[in-house]
Amino acid sequence: MLLGLLLAIVLALAGSAYVLGKRNVLALAAEAGRRPQSLAGYYGWYAALWCGIPGLLAATLWLALAPGWLESTVLSELPANAIPEEPAALDLFINDIENLASGNIASGTAGPEVRAAAARYTELRSQATWAAGLLTAVLGFGGAALGLRRIRPDLAARVWVERVLQGFLMLCSTVAILVTVGIVLSLVFETLRFFESVSVSEFLFGTHWSPQTALRADQVGSSGSFGAIPVFAGTLLITLIAMLVAVPIGLMSAVYMTFYASARTRDIVKPLLEILAGVPTVVYGFFAALVVAPAVRGFGTRLGLDVASESALAAGLVMGVMIIPFISSLSDDSITAVPKSLRDGSFGLGATRSETIRLVILPAALPGIVGGVLLAVSRAIGETMIVVMAAGLAANLTINPLEAVTTVTVQIVTLLTGDQEFDSAKTLAAFALGLTLFVVTLALNVVALRIVKRYREQYD
Amino acid sequence: MRRRLRAERNFRAAGFTAIGLAMAGLAILLGSILSNGLGAFRATEVRLDVTFDPAHFEGLEGLEGDERDRFLARVNYALLVRDAMRELFPEVEGRRNLRKLMGLVSSGARSQLREIVEADPGVIGSSATLWVPADDDVDVYRKGGISREVAEDDRRLSDQELAWIDRLDAEGRVRSVFATRFLTSGDSREPELAGIWGAVVGSFLTLMVTLSIVFPLGVSTAVYLEEFAPKNRVTDIIEVNINNLAAVPSIVFGLLGLAVFLNALHLPRSAPVVGGMTLALMTLPTIIITGRVAIEAVPPSIREAARGLGASPLQVVVHHVLPLALPGILTGTIIGMARALGETAPLLMIGMVAFIVDIPSSLNEAATALPVQIFLWADSPERAFVEKTSGAILVLLGFLIVMNGAAIWLRRRFEKSW
Repeated sequence: MLLGLLLAIVLALAGSAYVLGKRNVLALAAEAGRRPQSLAGYYGWYAALWCGIPGLLAATLWLALAPGWLESTVLSELPANAIPEEPAALDLFINDIENLASGNIASGTAGPEVRAAAARYTELRSQATWAAGLLTAVLGFGGAALGLRRIRPDLAARVWVERVLQGFLMLCSTVAILVTVGIVLSLVFETLRFFESVSVSEFLFGTHWSPQTALRADQVGSSGSFGAIPVFAGTLLITLIAMLVAVPIGLMSAVYMTFYASARTRDIVKPLLEILAGVPTVVYGFFAALVVAPAVRGFGTRLGLDVASESALAAGLVMGVMIIPFISSLSDDSITAVPKSLRDGSFGLGATRSETIRLVILPAALPGIVGGVLLAVSRAIGETMIVVMAAGLAANLTINPLEAVTTVTVQIVTLLTGDQEFDSAKTLAAFALGLTLFVVTLALNVVALRIVKRYREQYD
Repeated sequence: MRRRLRAERNFRAAGFTAIGLAMAGLAILLGSILSNGLGAFRATEVRLDVTFDPAHFEGLEGLEGDERDRFLARVNYALLVRDAMRELFPEVEGRRNLRKLMGLVSSGARSQLREIVEADPGVIGSSATLWVPADDDVDVYRKGGISREVAEDDRRLSDQELAWIDRLDAEGRVRSVFATRFLTSGDSREPELAGIWGAVVGSFLTLMVTLSIVFPLGVSTAVYLEEFAPKNRVTDIIEVNINNLAAVPSIVFGLLGLAVFLNALHLPRSAPVVGGMTLALMTLPTIIITGRVAIEAVPPSIREAARGLGASPLQVVVHHVLPLALPGILTGTIIGMARALGETAPLLMIGMVAFIVDIPSSLNEAATALPVQIFLWADSPERAFVEKTSGAILVLLGFLIVMNGAAIWLRRRFEKSW
């Protein structure tokens, strides 16, 4: 492993720089007959940082750039006619070379050019490894030498070290921003490519979704159609069912727990609800597909209804169960945030408990509850595994909960799993759906957080 | 007044029903998984008297070293199994019937025989009594999953096969043992041979990557935001951003991983490195938020005392705040890891859904993870996989319970109220 090798080099050099730095400053200080400005360890860290930072930078740069450099060098050395021209064939060609070089099986039989290129690739790669190791070592060594030379007893080593470390901490906190930027950029970029082939209005307002694009241009229906309305409608339908289950149950259990339940009941029920929240979604999905969907179907058939085996109802019910603890803990928070004086005032006027709750507490807690419900909606929209396992694939535009519908997340998963090239309209459509999902959930969260926050301030 | 009291009672009953419904949901969920899954830990085996007939090893003489190994790997061990089965049921005639008879024993029996011979070629010519895995249908039948009342055409085993199994049973040749194979082997197309160890190792590798990225990064960010960050627009943006990131659907992180790690950086598909990095991005907000709460809980008096004694800001953090906040940070980290362990959707996006038989041994190898394995098995048509899936869920839930238990213990043990 190249990365491991480079890291080991840097670590070893930095370690010795630390020891040397510490020893040097003590020796110099003894010579000068004074104490060093900072604790001796800081001089060690000072030297180690001088060594480690250039070394690590070199290693990172190398790791980032080397594969591309290797590829282009190998390709430029091949005769021009041996290199395929189409991008797809070229990718395959390069893959073959890399696979052969690392001892894997190439696709089909490898021609002599590929073999030669692979041999050259291996050769270059081993040279490159040596060069990378050498470069890292030289830079690390040079840095250490420079740092050690600067060490004097009156150097404010602690200030320097702390400044660097604070810079590092700051850098870490920007990663979270980078992640968001990365999400937005990757989604937007691919979505724009998608909208090159499909118009925005067709995607947002089209009512026919069948992303199957044919392999050959002359096949029937080769274009596919990407009207996402049925997909959005399916998502909303399942979310609605989930909310119809989760909001009353979650809210009422929160109310019961805060106003009626004995301490013992609360001690038992709370952890159980937490278990419900901690169950992985794939388990819910399996449960929906194995137990709930057949039960719903059997029940429907007995009533004389025609129920699809992957009905929206089954997926929605299970998703509702998943969201119960979420709703109940959020409404619990906002109910307990209502000042006790309101409650006492209501009791003092002779209201019963249920009247107090219905007429005083719940209206006062309503903004918080609404915020919680919005958060829950956003979670239901983004939930993947339950619908992948229990909802259907066919995009039906229907409001009948007994039929099979599909959702945004299901489509993303089905479009992107399995081997395929990443530039067909079909795969790009998944990114467009992902962007829609991201924007909608983000908007819901922002609104919900704002509501919750404003309401909290009111009572503080 | 009576009406008001009745309303009160109704309201109370509604609350009680709500809790009852939630608990019923949990009970049905866990109950169905338990009742389906416990069977996965029992496996059915059949006793065979196998003769390692030298006739099947013709040409072995004179071969040495590698050549001999290659020869032994190529021998048709199914013939040995067939001979043994024929000996038990000498009356069975005809190709189709023989194939059905062979079908009672798992194809894993062949590899078991091969391993025996490869370990000690001296057994050739002798005979041995062996317990070999039964076919998944036999297993399902023994556990009551196939009923004789169903019409013969509608069930996986014919009357003839059931009669054979019953005869074997009567002769004491069928037994039910603890399914070590389920816990120690990788995935397989044959339910009776499939195990979760490959997925467990894959999950472990993935989580190691996640942990080694997210812990330093998350703690550093939390420390910076709590202790050093000036209150200005930039830090405000960072804060809002982290809160929003925490609520982004996990599948979006999968899309990010696919677009950045696979398509842009060309990292290996299906590998634990990529899975770990994707899950790290997903859990990062959780770790930062819990880390900040833990750091905030350390009282200012401690910081002031340390500052008063001449410690620098960084020394205050490293020597005093972090050690005191560590239990809280660790609790948050464990809970974040537990969430990452149960997460499936982002891993589907980066291709960790491949069918992988081998136990992964490095971070770059194709691997799968426990929840993904559950997803894959849940999709399999064989009846026996229902049991395997539930069994795997039980194992996953077991891990989650242990992790959350550890978090709770940590909190109870080290929690201080200042």
